[in-house]
Amino acid sequence: MQTDLPTKKSRGRLGRDVQNKLGQQLRTAYDDVVSEGVPDRFSELLRRLDEEKGSS
Amino acid sequence: MPLAPSVRDAMLGAVPSLRAFAISLSGNVDRADDLVQETLLRAVANIDSFQPGTNMSAWLFTILRNLFRSEYRKRRREVEDVDGSYADSLKSHPEQEGRMEMREFRVALAKLPQDQREALILVGAAGFSYEEAASICDCAVGTIKSRVNRARTRLADLLSINGADDFGPDHATRAVLAAGGRR
Repeated sequence: MQTDLPTKKSRGRLGRDVQNKLGQQLRTAYDDVVSEGVPDRFSELLRRLDEEKGSS
Repeated sequence: MPLAPSVRDAMLGAVPSLRAFAISLSGNVDRADDLVQETLLRAVANIDSFQPGTNMSAWLFTILRNLFRSEYRKRRREVEDVDGSYADSLKSHPEQEGRMEMREFRVALAKLPQDQREALILVGAAGFSYEEAASICDCAVGTIKSRVNRARTRLADLLSINGADDFGPDHATRAVLAAGGRR
């Protein structure tokens, strides 16, 4: 009858293992991008901005 | 005057993390990189308002978030291509076993309301304290805490790992318990 009712209303708090899993996936998603480092366009940009600032 | 080398290094050092944050906000790499670029432009132009000794990273995150917010308001009509486009553009890691799982995770993350998503990322991934996240989002610490909690609960629901399926009693049992127990 109600088998596909979501159960969230009954839950105040997530279990520790669920939180750990979510936390781990979140960090993986984030660190994937972080590990790409600094793309050249940004080091280039900062260098240019710095020069402009230096000569003004 | 040129930037102090330490300031410039701190800015550069924050770029990878700023990009990750921008991608999670916009769901789109190109737009994210434009946001990071604009953030750096503003930061350099307003470097005098940065207080030495405070957290450069938090300062840059604040600028980026504000930029995104104002852009988001302008673009509201055309947005919500948030899910998918980034997930699709990901280079594949065939060696990575949980790749499908990661993709699902990103799509679920993109479905969270803006406020909840950013709070979760700041605290759960970028490593800011609740206090720092509150200052970046210009809200109360308690607000950040509740957004993070709601974000987790919602994510667990979207991914069906709210314990009901994976660890606890089966779905049907829970539904009965919920119906009987709560009202």
